[in-house]
Amino acid sequence: MMVMDRSNRATAPTAPAPGAQAEATAEATAGVYGPLKISAQGVDVFYGDKQALKQVDLDIHENQVTALIGPSGCGKSTFLRCLNRMNDVIESARVRGTILLDGQNIYDRDLDVVTLRARVGMVFQKPNPFPKSIYDNVAYGPRIHGIGSGKAELDEIVATSLERAGLLKEVKDRLHEPGTGLSGGQQQRLCIARAIAVNPDVILMDEPCSALDPIATARVEELIDELRENYTIVIVTHSMQQAARVSQRTAFFHLGELVEVGDTEQIFTSPRDERTQGYITGRFG
Amino acid sequence: MTDIAREGHRGRPAAQHADLSQARLRRRYAAERRFKLYGVLAICLAIGVLGILLFSVVSKGYTAFVKTEIGLDVYFDPEEIDPEGTRDPAVLADANYDRVIRDAFERTFPEVSERRERRALSDLVSSGAWLVLRDRVLEDPSVIGTTERVWFRASDDVDMLMKGYIPRDVPETARRVSDAQIAWIDALDEAGQVGTRFNLDFFTAGDSREPELAGIWGAVVGTFLTMVVTLVLSFPLAVATAVYLEEFAPKNRWTDLIEVNINNLAAVPSIVFGLLGLAVFLGWFGLPRSAPLVGGMVLALMNLPIIIIAGRASLKAVPPSIREAALAVGASRLQVVTHHVLPLAMPGILTGTIIGMAHALGETAPLLMIGMVAFIVDIPSGFTDAATVLPVQIFLWADSPERAFVEKTSAAIIVLLGFLVIMNALAVILRRRFERRW
Amino acid sequence: MQLTILATTLLLLTLIGFYLGRSRAVASAGGNRRQLHSLPGYHGVYVALWCGLPALFIVALWLVVEPHVIEALVLSGLPEGMTDVGPGQLSLLINEIRNAANGVSFFGEPNPAVVAAAERYNALHQIGFAAMGVVAAAAAIGGLAWARRRIAPNMRARNRVEKAIMAILIVLSTISVLTTIGIVLSLLFESIRFFSRVPVTEFLFGLQWSPQTAIREDQVGSSGAFGAVPLFAGTMLITLIAMCVAVPVGLLSAIYLADYASPRVRSVVKPVLEVLAGIPTVVYGFFAALTVAPFVRDAGASAGLDVASFSALAAGLVMGIMIIPYVSSLSDDVMNAVPQTLRDGSYALGATKSETIRQVVFPAALPGIVGAILLAVSRAIGETMIVVMAAGLAANLTANPLEAVTTVTVQIVTLLVGDQEFDSAKTLAAFALGLLLFCVTLILNIIALRVVRKYREKYD
Repeated sequence: MMVMDRSNRATAPTAPAPGAQAEATAEATAGVYGPLKISAQGVDVFYGDKQALKQVDLDIHENQVTALIGPSGCGKSTFLRCLNRMNDVIESARVRGTILLDGQNIYDRDLDVVTLRARVGMVFQKPNPFPKSIYDNVAYGPRIHGIGSGKAELDEIVATSLERAGLLKEVKDRLHEPGTGLSGGQQQRLCIARAIAVNPDVILMDEPCSALDPIATARVEELIDELRENYTIVIVTHSMQQAARVSQRTAFFHLGELVEVGDTEQIFTSPRDERTQGYITGRFG
Repeated sequence: MTDIAREGHRGRPAAQHADLSQARLRRRYAAERRFKLYGVLAICLAIGVLGILLFSVVSKGYTAFVKTEIGLDVYFDPEEIDPEGTRDPAVLADANYDRVIRDAFERTFPEVSERRERRALSDLVSSGAWLVLRDRVLEDPSVIGTTERVWFRASDDVDMLMKGYIPRDVPETARRVSDAQIAWIDALDEAGQVGTRFNLDFFTAGDSREPELAGIWGAVVGTFLTMVVTLVLSFPLAVATAVYLEEFAPKNRWTDLIEVNINNLAAVPSIVFGLLGLAVFLGWFGLPRSAPLVGGMVLALMNLPIIIIAGRASLKAVPPSIREAALAVGASRLQVVTHHVLPLAMPGILTGTIIGMAHALGETAPLLMIGMVAFIVDIPSGFTDAATVLPVQIFLWADSPERAFVEKTSAAIIVLLGFLVIMNALAVILRRRFERRW
Repeated sequence: MQLTILATTLLLLTLIGFYLGRSRAVASAGGNRRQLHSLPGYHGVYVALWCGLPALFIVALWLVVEPHVIEALVLSGLPEGMTDVGPGQLSLLINEIRNAANGVSFFGEPNPAVVAAAERYNALHQIGFAAMGVVAAAAAIGGLAWARRRIAPNMRARNRVEKAIMAILIVLSTISVLTTIGIVLSLLFESIRFFSRVPVTEFLFGLQWSPQTAIREDQVGSSGAFGAVPLFAGTMLITLIAMCVAVPVGLLSAIYLADYASPRVRSVVKPVLEVLAGIPTVVYGFFAALTVAPFVRDAGASAGLDVASFSALAAGLVMGIMIIPYVSSLSDDVMNAVPQTLRDGSYALGATKSETIRQVVFPAALPGIVGAILLAVSRAIGETMIVVMAAGLAANLTANPLEAVTTVTVQIVTLLVGDQEFDSAKTLAAFALGLLLFCVTLILNIIALRVVRKYREKYD
């Protein structure tokens, strides 16, 4: 029934129907947010001389889906990559400011990136399964982090993770075939399974559906909604409809600045800033 | 489906948390450091070996650029040189100058009287030393009858002794220089009659059986002639092939075949090209053995795929927009290529050509097959003269047993590497200067 | 010398053709260039092509055919009994005549018949050259006149010239194919002659290699043995040692440069490694023979081992050093082709760099790396100078790297360098070995290129 509902909405042309939105977000938010999970304070990011993010302050709460929207090049992906320090990989990138995860600054000197990334997982724009079997893809994280000592335990972790990614039924009989042989949507869910196998607190998703067809997109969105119960999710999306469908809170970025953040419903129905207004009504972006 | 997933996993999942204990992290980071260290070690090993190679060549070879000379007070004995007193150049050229040198030695060391010892004494100077006297007399016949200090090139053994390659503290039988010879040399040295000088002859002389007389000029000229043939043949052929394949060729079986063929040709062992040259150029066409012409042809064929591949890459790098712009103003396809694409791609093609030529310059094996390995004293003067090239000269000298040839070989290697450095530097400059980002 | 004069003459004629064609085109349009279909220059090139190409063709044909024609004529003029000897003796005789004709005489008193033949050789050569020169010049002038007459304002000179140039390009681009054909045919031809004397099975499976055949029937040790297995074994042994050096060092340096080194370090180290590939192999051979081999021998002696002075180990080590840059630059390319998203995926799970490289990048790049190693193996097998200078000549069948072994390339060189008689099984054996070498490296290359291409396609 939910699937029907969502795919209907996926075909809806412009702004979401306010009524349906209210129904989806009512129980989770109810005016109050869950405990604070991540708090970004005054974050600046530079790529070489170019400033990609300017003084971003944003709070992210537990068991909630926070959507980051904005036109391309607005810094939303950059901000997402700050949250598990994936910007470290890029040589020219510099990050300033504080980002607190459970009250601890992740840019602290003492903090270990490996530890951080085990707690903050990530799913990428294009499905990127390793060229290994489905089983090994999911078991990769647990193996490097020493979760599940024996084969039986590992089997169980793989099975649970695949199941929670809604993929187990489809791949049960071919766990040892290469993960690259799956369809795009299955690959993306495999990547989600791979991320949750490490049992992180937070899952970051960088336009997870942009390479998928509408049906696969609906499956993944449904999955995101389910995962919200156990994880804190931050999702970057270029599709306003998707933000409206899956998120409880939405942050709008523009030219490296955080313009506005608030309940998804509020952002889409009564934005305070006129730039937000302009973007969601399709005047630019 | 959705319901199952929901029911099974309310609350935190069953899976354990990641083991992020300090001990495990320490182990993982130790493995990381170890792995990184292997990489550093590998690079250090490679660079270290390169350093050892260059050091061993340079340290063995730099002494070849100076030569040891022995100065003797020579009495230009008219009895010996020109008994008739005619001063006829033919007579002067034919005189026994070896005897003059022997006399000079005898005057310096009057105590040496035994025949064998006298011979050992005159062995201190090179067997080609008399040429110096002859040239001196022919140049100025008035020296006859006078005494003059003349500097002779020392023999290779004395040269090696003075440069410290022949140890003095081993038993006499274990070295090529006798105790008596060492004593004479030391006496001469004390009297200031032993000196060193820049070895210009090394650059101007041809090959010789006597290490102290051997030079690289013959090989350098042979190399130059060979390279000229290689360049003249391979450059136009390669450019034509690259242009055809990249700009005009239809995509069909035939062009596919050419392409596969070129890629494979690039990896054929060089010695096989030598066999081709032997069978076809020498055997079938009957071209002369040991000639730079044939060597150049073989190297050109070997070079062809290298330049073609480089040429195609730089043609490909010219953006299609330039071709379209030229076509749009009504240029024919050939005009597009000759007026626009080729000039833009030329720096890249030239860079590839220089690198290919540097490759050909160092090539030895195929030239052995076509007989460029002969012992050739004369400086080649044409493309069909018997000649050798620098790498083959190195090979020949490396095979020679005399200790002094080790020094010569290393010095020839230094010269060869010098040429290669110049060519590669040229390629780098060309690339830097004309590199274009589209 | 004569050829230079002829070439200059023809070049001059071609140049004249160009100017004549151009001026004729301008004149035919009555000075009004706009009336011409093509620019005057194209008319000039059109005439020049008609003038130069036929003459060039005639000269080339003559250069190819002449030696054989003259040889046949000279031989047929020799007295009876001189020519009905074996093919080896015959080629010696021809060489002798040629040398005599060039004014070179080696052995004392020349045979009067040979002197006569040499004179005839020179005479025929002169006559032939003169005739060819006249014909070529006539063709050039004829072509010039004919093409010049055809020039008219509406002649599509540009299109014709472009068609001709295209044809020339096509012909030139087939040279590389002709090279391959030449290699295959010449190797096959000589090998077949070899195999008519020595059975293929003996060559491929025989365990004894001693190619010294007697020149005279009554010489001792006239039994040549052509079992090439010891050569294969020696080649494999040295290649294996080389790979043991080159693969780990090359791979690890490639990994370090690709994933760890800062751009500054990379920009210094990469060219330095490439220097290793630019050093001529004869230099490596010298290094191996003079520095590494004695070092290995002394090190072995101090460890109580008996090491041959030209051990397989020394040659293999140096060859390995030579191969390092091939392995490292090829696998660097291959690992760079692994998409960054895979690395990101692994980092995002909290993997360290080395975990990512060993468990994600390396397995993903494995097919490409295998291809790179195959290419390196084929280079090691075909490498000549290092083994010629630092490996032995004795064909030992051994797996002990401390002993001296010989390789296929070493034997090719020793069989063909120095004084050799044509057509003996000994010289032909070199071509059989060459054929084998060519086939093995070709197969390795085809497999490697295919593997690498498949791999590239996967990530494109």
